[in-house]
Amino acid sequence: MTEIWQWIHELLPWFDGIVASIAIILIKAIALVMPLMLVVAYFTYAERKIIGYMQLRIGPNRVGPKGWLQPIADALKLMTKEIIFPSKANIYLFLLAPVLAIAPAITIWAVIPFDEGIYVANLDISLLYVLAIGSVGVYGIILAGWASNSKYPLLGALRSASLMVSYEIVIGFALITVVMIAGSVNLNDIVMAQKGGLLNWYFIPLFPMMIIFLISALVETNRAPFDVVEGESEIVGGTHVEYSGMAFAVFFLAEYANMIFMAVLAVILFFGGWHSPFEGISYLEAGFAWVPGIIWLLAKSSFFMFLYLWVRATLPRFRYDQIMRLSWKVFLPWTIVWIFVVALMTQFKIGPWF
Amino acid sequence: MTFDQILFYVFSFWFIVASLAMIFSRNAAKAVLFLILSFFSAAGIWILLEAEFLAIILILVYVGAVMVLFLFVIKMLNIDKSTLRARFTGYLPLGLIVAVIIVFEMAMVLGYNQFGLDVVVAPVKHTADYSNITILALQLYTDYIYSFELAAVLLLIAIIAAITLVHRKRINCKNQSIVDQIKVQAKDRVRLVSISSKNKENK
Repeated sequence: MTEIWQWIHELLPWFDGIVASIAIILIKAIALVMPLMLVVAYFTYAERKIIGYMQLRIGPNRVGPKGWLQPIADALKLMTKEIIFPSKANIYLFLLAPVLAIAPAITIWAVIPFDEGIYVANLDISLLYVLAIGSVGVYGIILAGWASNSKYPLLGALRSASLMVSYEIVIGFALITVVMIAGSVNLNDIVMAQKGGLLNWYFIPLFPMMIIFLISALVETNRAPFDVVEGESEIVGGTHVEYSGMAFAVFFLAEYANMIFMAVLAVILFFGGWHSPFEGISYLEAGFAWVPGIIWLLAKSSFFMFLYLWVRATLPRFRYDQIMRLSWKVFLPWTIVWIFVVALMTQFKIGPWF
Repeated sequence: MTFDQILFYVFSFWFIVASLAMIFSRNAAKAVLFLILSFFSAAGIWILLEAEFLAIILILVYVGAVMVLFLFVIKMLNIDKSTLRARFTGYLPLGLIVAVIIVFEMAMVLGYNQFGLDVVVAPVKHTADYSNITILALQLYTDYIYSFELAAVLLLIAIIAAITLVHRKRINCKNQSIVDQIKVQAKDRVRLVSISSKNKENK
């Protein structure tokens, strides 16, 4: 690494100080965002294909071999489509809304540790950063609903705003239990605290919190069965009704980037992050030692990404008041009870987690 | 000028611009958006001061929750500007007096002679392992534990008071019992009856 640095330094003497650090941050950001966008594109393909098979259909199979080029064709189609502005809409806010949706969805990835030492930024308070940036994402939807000056988007935005605010509280409480066990709000430290085999992962002591987190993640990302924000059968297409072309595609990208993020976050918080599940089992650990941690992280998160699609193909949509009841009357009491349970477990040092 | 100073002036510039724009904008929704921008700039300045926990909480609580509810209310309101301006001249003298008093008081407390490096010592830069959140937690849960708990109880009372003011049992109104709805079984709703069909032969 140092040789590469010297070589760069000799080649470009001015490449130093602030310029160099900004350039490195930019390179890191690109190295993160480009694969992310590719995963988003192929996640939409996977969604159509998997739900297709679950419903005894084939799914997209026309573009390229087995339909592998379908997402690229979709992207080209969306880019060449016209963006239609509603005549009474507030143009600035109408265009600002998709930007406000995608910006937090990408910024939030900055603190995710993919492997030991592989991250864009190692913040001391990365879990709080995740919560804060995640809560900003709702503005895209609210503004889209308000700026469209149309009734269905407005209804969708109102539903979204109230759902997001309620479920952020639930997610916050669920994450407090993780912080209590790990003793840190740094995602790196949280993963390191789960080192040493399957039994040290937090999904065992925090099993109810894990379930609550996974369900709340569905609400936060507006996915079925909680997709009342879009609710095709009720409010046409919710906040996206007036959007077309690339403006719509940006919302789409943001939603899928958020879904993948929630899957990765679930793995980091409850399923040992980049640690191999075979740690501590002598033969298997040695046999799988060559697998880099990032592969484990991605493999585990793919399962949760699959879970999103599975749930979507299985369950019918919830009614709005039932989602609200679930948050305030079921999840919130459960999380508060479990905070006390975890406090007791920490006090009396039960299990290998503390 | 160091990089920190450049960042400080950028954040301060947007803080002041956004605050002014918030006051002068006529559209309530735009005013809320400018307020959000000013919150973000304030959070940036706090991070420069190594108060990263407060900065994140500012975004989490104010931008993520309070401002969402502000926008929520603004969308539901039907603001009629003519009724707002109707008694403008009537309220003007009183408003002016209050405004002058507030400006005077703020000038007393926040005047130029209260700040500057000769009045307030420049904050010392901490090392990289300095954790703002640990220091804050130690202070809150040891030295200020009573005031912290009192504030928490006060907020709880405020929540209970607000709910009791709004929450009342409605009469003459159809209610759904969600517990009963969830508990319902197929045999409560569907009755299968076997009816003997008589003339099977002639279809």
